[in-house]
Amino acid sequence: MLEISLKIVLVMISIALIMNTYSLVRGPSLPERILSLDTLYINSIGLILIYGIVQASSINFEAALLIAMLGFVSTAALCKYLLRGDIIE
Amino acid sequence: MLNLFWIPLLTLIGVFVSLSANRVSRTACAYATAALPAAALAIVISYAPSVLDGEHFVEQFEWIPAVGLELAFRLDGFALLFALLILGIGLLVILYARYYLSEQDNMPRFYAMLILFMTAMLGIVLSENLIQLWLFWELTSISSFLLISFWNHKSEARKGARMALTITGMGGLALFAGILLIGQVVGSFNLTDVLAQGDLIRGSELYPYILVLVLLGAFTKSAQFPFHFWLPHAMAAPTPVSAYLHSATMVKAGIFLMARLYPALAGTDMWFLIVTLTGLATLLVGAYMALFKHDLKGLLAYSTISHLGLITLLLGLNSKLAAVAATFHIINHATFKASLFMAAGIIDHETGSRDMRKLNGLWRYMPHTAMLAMVAALAMAGVPLLNGFLSKEMFFAETLQQGSLGALSWILPVLATVAGIFSVAYSLRFIHDVFFNGEPINLPKTPHEPPRYMKIPVEILVALCFVVGIAPGLVVAEILHSAATSLLQGETPYYSLAIWHGFNFPLLMSFIALLGGIVVYATRKQLFEFQAQFPERDAKAIFDQNIKRIVDAATRIYGTLENGSLQRYTMLFILSVALFTTVPMTKLINLEGARPLLPVDGISIVATIILVVSTLVTLIWHRKRMIALIAVSVVGLIVSLIFARFSAPDLALTQLSVEVVTVILLMLALFFLPQVTAKAASPSSVVRDLGLATLIGGVMATISYAMMTHPQTSIADFFIANSKTGGGGTNVVNVILVDFRGFDTFGEITVLGIAGLGIYKLIARMKLFMPSADLNGIPWSNDHHPMMLATVSRALLPLALLVSAYIFLRGHNLPGGGFIAGLVTAVALILQYIANGVDFMRERSKLNYQWLISVGLIIAGATGMGSWLFGYPFLSSWFDYFYLPGIGKFELASAMLFDLGVYLTVIGSTLLILGNLGALTTHARPEESK
Repeated sequence: MLEISLKIVLVMISIALIMNTYSLVRGPSLPERILSLDTLYINSIGLILIYGIVQASSINFEAALLIAMLGFVSTAALCKYLLRGDIIE
Repeated sequence: MLNLFWIPLLTLIGVFVSLSANRVSRTACAYATAALPAAALAIVISYAPSVLDGEHFVEQFEWIPAVGLELAFRLDGFALLFALLILGIGLLVILYARYYLSEQDNMPRFYAMLILFMTAMLGIVLSENLIQLWLFWELTSISSFLLISFWNHKSEARKGARMALTITGMGGLALFAGILLIGQVVGSFNLTDVLAQGDLIRGSELYPYILVLVLLGAFTKSAQFPFHFWLPHAMAAPTPVSAYLHSATMVKAGIFLMARLYPALAGTDMWFLIVTLTGLATLLVGAYMALFKHDLKGLLAYSTISHLGLITLLLGLNSKLAAVAATFHIINHATFKASLFMAAGIIDHETGSRDMRKLNGLWRYMPHTAMLAMVAALAMAGVPLLNGFLSKEMFFAETLQQGSLGALSWILPVLATVAGIFSVAYSLRFIHDVFFNGEPINLPKTPHEPPRYMKIPVEILVALCFVVGIAPGLVVAEILHSAATSLLQGETPYYSLAIWHGFNFPLLMSFIALLGGIVVYATRKQLFEFQAQFPERDAKAIFDQNIKRIVDAATRIYGTLENGSLQRYTMLFILSVALFTTVPMTKLINLEGARPLLPVDGISIVATIILVVSTLVTLIWHRKRMIALIAVSVVGLIVSLIFARFSAPDLALTQLSVEVVTVILLMLALFFLPQVTAKAASPSSVVRDLGLATLIGGVMATISYAMMTHPQTSIADFFIANSKTGGGGTNVVNVILVDFRGFDTFGEITVLGIAGLGIYKLIARMKLFMPSADLNGIPWSNDHHPMMLATVSRALLPLALLVSAYIFLRGHNLPGGGFIAGLVTAVALILQYIANGVDFMRERSKLNYQWLISVGLIIAGATGMGSWLFGYPFLSSWFDYFYLPGIGKFELASAMLFDLGVYLTVIGSTLLILGNLGALTTHARPEESK
């Protein structure tokens, strides 16, 4: 049961990743692209965790943790740039 | 007897003694300076009796044994002679300079440089190892540069010093090449071996190169024609410097080198031709030019050149007797020339002028000095009963003995006599123009005798001229014999030091020279008029012109290679990589190795597609920087996912944290850059770059494919096997970083720290253009720190610090470590800067990032050095397991302390760069439209 659902989830995440990339390429505005990048981060976290369950290994979970944290910083910085141009002031 | 090492060591310590004597009176400073050279002289003298008995001493210890280098000193007769001259005249110069230098001159600095120079000279003459000799040789060039430019407010002093350094420095390079070749032929750099292998060197194919290179070094140093022009310009130095450098030391170093290597290099026709002809040319040019110099020191400078030529000529004759004569003249020239320079300095000091057209009739004002100077000048002219006469007599005799030029051998004695005539003439001019010849004209000061003690050095030297001239057998016979014996490395031939040899040819030549000199001086008016017809050639201008030409050529080459185009550097770099990789790749026949390929899964295909697409997006929109930046972030994300997928969690973590820091850094920089880059590439360069990129991409893909499919053993197995047992950690990557390759890591964090400080310095006061609106011309928002972001970020900080502590602590056994933890902490703090601003952070965080970097480096370094306490090499690691109730069993390793150093350095450097780049704008933003 778990095996089947994991496979389905992996396929869904793959499709989501592809769609994020499409949105990133199409744009057309910068906020849309930043949003695509952020969603890519989120979906990557999912991908790593699902993959860890498939492999029955927790070795990459810290990578997911870091993406969650640093992805946020990256998105926040990009948004601050759109807002003010200067991200540290 | 103290070890030989003490001789140069004492004078070297003397440098610091002089430097620290800046609070005491000038006399005390001179005494303090003289103390250590005097002690060194005492050591030399304590060796003298045994050396004069024919012994020689060599002391050495290993320096860099791996390349056959050792620190070695030798004291034999020849070295003893030079050491006595250097230290003896050096002490006299110290005394003299005490009265010569004025109140404004920085006396401790002068003395320090003088003693440094003395150390270098002692190092040259006492060296047993040739490489070591060369090091001291270069030190004389540098310290003489400092001495010549002592009055650095004068343009001529700076120019003269630069010229001397350039010429002698070039010679030094040639000498180094020559020494290396000698080492290659002999197989040793030790003088003892080299001198014993003279036949081997002379028989070697390399002999012509060795000879020319070594002689280039010697000729430039000893101001031999055509390199003589630097010496007159070096006269811009204070007179004590000239008295020291141009009598007994600097210029004698070249002579010393030729004499020292005489047993190894001399004896061939090539040696005879080059050395004799150069010496002859120098002798004549110097003697002739000296007559026409109106400057007292200029006359002495050219006379020095001429006498150096004489000694070189003697060394070139390939006759043992000539070598003895050369040694004798080295002693004599040093004494009379040093005293003449000092006398010239006194005259300059007490009259304010050195121009012989103004200086006349000084006999009546300073009879004592005049007496001394006249005796010294007569010695220079070669008048009987003075020391110059004896060695000049020997010189004349030697030129008569020479038969190498066959039927034309008479040329040598004739030209020697001509040089003798001019030498008498300029000596006469020195005496007559300065001390007689009417009354002084327009002197700035009324001449009078100098202070009592200023004359003492001159008196001592002049007394030596006398004593040697009258009773040579008593005074110099022993040291001359011992010096000549060690110069020749064998028995010296019979020679007589008597004053009277009966009526013979040399005496006739001396007589002609004296008479001719008087005639030439009497007819000087006509000669001056004749000489005035030649256009004045300024060596300085020619030298400057040549230097400018060289610099221009270098600039041109540099300009074509390094034109500032980053694209071009990348192109050249990639092109050379392609060249070096494609050729070996064509020889690899089996592209695919024995390792089976992994099965392809759907996720990998998706990741690859995203990677390729985002790379293409970066390429296509590379001129729209913001889009390119977002696409690059995607590339980084996918790469870290790939690392995670193929079991490299450490790399994944590192990649992720570096990625974020990079994006932030780029955005900080983007603010100051144009939003859209101009289209610069021409169509042809696009085609070229595209082709090159495809080529290198294909090659790299092929290499990767071949490497990954071929099974191979690597060093990795060693690390995996020893990580737990040797380093106490199961995370091999981290153990490699902090233990196996800890020294590398230490170097890297040092570089990181330096880079951080360097960038900080570069941007600290930078003023840049700041756009007031974004890409589409919409003004920036007025909301500096959006409330939502600020609130969320503050809550995130403790969490992020917890995560980084966790990653740091587990690093030794599981993915993580100081570097990643440092980056995470840095990013967490950067987020506070972004969300709350620099002022907010400045109030709350008292962290000084420079301080953080140094603490990190100190911790890492101290951890490494800690292992010395236990008798292990630098950075040996230690670990053990402990038990604490409530926590359980845990491990402590010294590597963790080292990792802490890495952690702190990374935080300090990252924040120093990013924080300050951000702070650039804080107080200087353009006014917002409200």
